[in-house]
Amino acid sequence: MKLSIASAPFIRPTMQVSWVMRQVLLALVPAILINTLFFGPGVILNILLACLVAVSCEAIALKLRDRPIVATLNDSSALLAGVLLGLAMPPLSPWWLTALGAAFALIVAKHLYGGLGYNPFNPAMAGYAALLTSFPSLMKQWPTPGAELPGVGDTLHHFIFGRLMDNRLIDLISSATVLDHTKSQLALHYTWSELSGETLYGMLGGAGWQWVALAYLAGGLYLLAVRIIDWRIPTTVLAALATLALFFHLVDSDHYPGPIFHLFSGAAMIGAFFIATDPVSAATTPKGRLIYGASIGILIYLIRTFGGYPDGVAFAVLILNAAVPVIDRHTQPRVYGHDRN
Amino acid sequence: MSIIEQVHQRFRGGLALPKHKELTRGKPILEAPIPPELIIPLRQHVGESAAVTVHVGQYVRRGEQIGRATDFLSAAVHASSSGRIIAIEDRVTPHPSGRKEPCVVIATDGEDASQGLPPWPNFHSLEHSTLRNRLRQCGVVGLGGAAFPTAAKLTYSPRRSIHTLILNAVECEPYLTCDESLLLERPQEILNGLEIMRHILQVPTAVIAIGENMSASLASLKEAIDAFSSQHVRIVVVPSLYPAGSEHQLVQMITGQEVPSGGLPSDLGVVTQNVATAAAVYRAVILGEPLTSRVVTITGQGITQPHNLRVRIGTPIQYLLDFCGGAVGSNHLVIMGGPMMGFALPNVASPVVKATNCLLMPGADELPGRGAAQPCIRCGFCVDACPVGLLPQQLYWHARANDLEAVQEHHLFDCIECGCCATVCPSQIPLVQYYRQAKREVAVHEQRREQATLARERYEHRLTRLGQQADTNLSQLTRLAASALDSPGDDFDFSADELQTAEITVKQAAIQAALDRVQAKKQATLSSPANDGNDGESS
Repeated sequence: MKLSIASAPFIRPTMQVSWVMRQVLLALVPAILINTLFFGPGVILNILLACLVAVSCEAIALKLRDRPIVATLNDSSALLAGVLLGLAMPPLSPWWLTALGAAFALIVAKHLYGGLGYNPFNPAMAGYAALLTSFPSLMKQWPTPGAELPGVGDTLHHFIFGRLMDNRLIDLISSATVLDHTKSQLALHYTWSELSGETLYGMLGGAGWQWVALAYLAGGLYLLAVRIIDWRIPTTVLAALATLALFFHLVDSDHYPGPIFHLFSGAAMIGAFFIATDPVSAATTPKGRLIYGASIGILIYLIRTFGGYPDGVAFAVLILNAAVPVIDRHTQPRVYGHDRN
Repeated sequence: MSIIEQVHQRFRGGLALPKHKELTRGKPILEAPIPPELIIPLRQHVGESAAVTVHVGQYVRRGEQIGRATDFLSAAVHASSSGRIIAIEDRVTPHPSGRKEPCVVIATDGEDASQGLPPWPNFHSLEHSTLRNRLRQCGVVGLGGAAFPTAAKLTYSPRRSIHTLILNAVECEPYLTCDESLLLERPQEILNGLEIMRHILQVPTAVIAIGENMSASLASLKEAIDAFSSQHVRIVVVPSLYPAGSEHQLVQMITGQEVPSGGLPSDLGVVTQNVATAAAVYRAVILGEPLTSRVVTITGQGITQPHNLRVRIGTPIQYLLDFCGGAVGSNHLVIMGGPMMGFALPNVASPVVKATNCLLMPGADELPGRGAAQPCIRCGFCVDACPVGLLPQQLYWHARANDLEAVQEHHLFDCIECGCCATVCPSQIPLVQYYRQAKREVAVHEQRREQATLARERYEHRLTRLGQQADTNLSQLTRLAASALDSPGDDFDFSADELQTAEITVKQAAIQAALDRVQAKKQATLSSPANDGNDGESS
């Protein structure tokens, strides 16, 4: 009898990388729908293009690096990076902007560092940050929620040619995001109570934005329920952000919006549940994850409030990505049979 | 009277695995027939091999010693049926590498004539050392899988008093029901064995640890304890979580203390024994029967009739599989031990040994095995699963980079190889394999370093010796010179300068002579490859 040889343990893992990635994609579906509802068909267009470029770049990189192409693409991680970047992009972007971001994410941030598992920085955020620093004005044009949505024709025209049909100005249908608006208005000494009555603001956060945030929250809770993400990172990101916001709001409620506004505006929710929790670039020790998450939350608040950008999720995550090796090293759990120190 | 308690403390991590015990659960223990040939390895335990005490052609009975224990960490081996010894030679043993080891091969005669030792029903009046010797003579070793000689485990130093004896009835590996079936059928034997061990260790109470999913065994035990009217046994129900039956985790749950890293439970005053071992202790002492058989679970969807069998040590595994109706389909994976910590047998001609608790033949889709490993995505599932508190993904990273210092900083040697990390790894990385390999590399590295230190010390000694030799020569010369000076009438006369020159010359000559000897030695070694170059500092 010919015997086969394998090594213990013989029980096959129930969760596999591709399954994990697809669950995350599934958890993003509500947010994709809500985003499209409030910001128009450009959202879908961005996601499709970012995915196409991401997957193509991954395939090319794998080919050049002489790695298995189909098996690796099958892990769906490039697809996920594409979707996340697509969601982060302003819905009215010229095609080359999104394509450039996706290419940067996959080639520079992911494959130049060795591909899945070896990239110190979150690829989608690295791509986003590269665009944000290189093309700041293009990255600010968001359709105004509640105002007239850009139609399919306008979106496609802008996507391809970088302008609306009939040479209309893009300012007709877009404006600064609610975080951007808040920041600039507060700097002009308007008070928070004056601002929050405007149509840009909803009950929780920015109008429209708050529903998107809720959709990310729902997806995040699903990921927690199926135990794909650990509670530590999202909880500490949101708790640190909310605590700082609450503190400043209590000290001076005219100049500092409260915690609810911060949680439900901008990229706080997608950041907490989908970006900071990216396993490859996040801290892995239990204690390290608390420190990592809390630091991201603090940085988001500091950048939003005192920094040069209206939102700070991408930079906060990237900065903490760089700190991960140090955090992990100094937060090793106590091993059985060893003293506490 | 028995008290049923819950655990003192839970261990971290662990997995709630599918148990798959229903294939053999509650099935009676059947006696496996006597095979035509028994292959009995001389080393079936941790420690020194037994020394063979029989010769080819000799007739032996069941229970007759064929190999004697050679030292403290050794155990005797016995013929497990009667017959004639047809060979004493190297045969394939159940080992992951399928290596050959010295075995006594018996052609059985089917008579099963037996020869035992005098029964000692009144063990209470016997000395502890006498009882331990009996266990060593009877070849009793830990039957939970580790095969550590039981007598050695029941030896305590006066410095370290033992206060807790834990009987491990947890059997947390999936599929295994050999201990459970003993608990159901022979609880009296187990309790008697436990009582003997309690007597040897002079421990006031023994704790029986049992899994929370083992209600039938629990009922059987309770009934036996009531009948036994023992005041000295309590039962602790442990959570049905893998690896609850691992020694360190069990000690933690029951005592609330952790075995110090690199130490033994006895450092905390705790000794653990397995239920099957307790039954073997009973047979050895009270019935005078050496360990010649054990219960083996033969299970999996790949075997026609799963069973719990009482098997004679030395029975070829192929023979047992045939007895159970043979393999189903074309799946040919035979795992010795459970699916978490067992190993794939390279050869079914190898025999059942004392450590064989289970033979698992999975069906075609039962244990599909891992696919190709993907890169680690640092998800940390392994960190949550590790019962020891290691960072398996960091260990993997450093093990792969062959960074022997970093793996030790990450506590590689605290890894118990339970397999939890690899079982949850979404990248299907065979993590345990990497850790085993890294452990081996560290061991090899340490060995090399020791050899290097030894060589350096030898070299330094040699230099000192040469120096001493030179000094001796010099003093001889000085003596000579002095005696010359002291003899008036002789024509010798040395000035101080002349004396000094002579001194230097002699010293140089001594050193040169030594160097020449070394050179000669070297050439001799080089020119004759047969010479193993075994230093030669004896000159």
